[in-house]
Amino acid sequence: MVVALFRIEDHFVQEMVAHSREEAPNECCGILAGPPGQVAALYRTVNTSASPVRYSIEPKEILRIAQELEEKDWEMLAFYHSHTHSHAYPSATDIQLAFWPDSLYLIVSLADPQQPVIRGFYLRDGQVAEEEMEIV
Amino acid sequence: MAAEVRIPSLLRGQVGGSRSIQASGPTVGHALDDIEARFPGFKERVIDPNGTIKQFVSIFINGEDVRYIQSLDTPLQDGDQVSILPAVAGG
Repeated sequence: MVVALFRIEDHFVQEMVAHSREEAPNECCGILAGPPGQVAALYRTVNTSASPVRYSIEPKEILRIAQELEEKDWEMLAFYHSHTHSHAYPSATDIQLAFWPDSLYLIVSLADPQQPVIRGFYLRDGQVAEEEMEIV
Repeated sequence: MAAEVRIPSLLRGQVGGSRSIQASGPTVGHALDDIEARFPGFKERVIDPNGTIKQFVSIFINGEDVRYIQSLDTPLQDGDQVSILPAVAGG
């Protein structure tokens, strides 16, 4: 059996947690990118919803980052956002608005502020599939 | 007019897996019709039945959101780059 695994360096995890804490109580969001299977860059993005329960990345910002990645032959490997008061599991809204089947959706939970939790999921056709993460 | 249309991962299955395809027409809407003619079912993923761009989809021409130009009636020039981007959003 092949176990799917998302490898990510610890400093990217720490940066996602820091971003989540800075934006709390609102949700934060951002993009992880790199060559296939290798996170090489983290892009903080603006949550245009500016809300504790919603996030949205400005389409023009997505386009700008996508074009930058294309020049490097990199991909959008994952999107991250925070849940400031709930668990690290996709909400009904997350599932409904998941339009990127090949990108992992990472959720940073600050439900326990002292013990942030990050989990990753592929969201396809209304289905939730957790991806095991390896922090290196 | 022929433009290069960048296809997001969500829609690549509709166009045989291609990351980008060439499409022709005087406007963005006509270019989408051109794709639809070759890949039936494509357009309904981007356009609502009432003929407007779906709420959680953006279409750009050379980096400009067509919603702020003439939407599907935005004219195309040879060599334009069209990008279709689904939203990144949730709760």
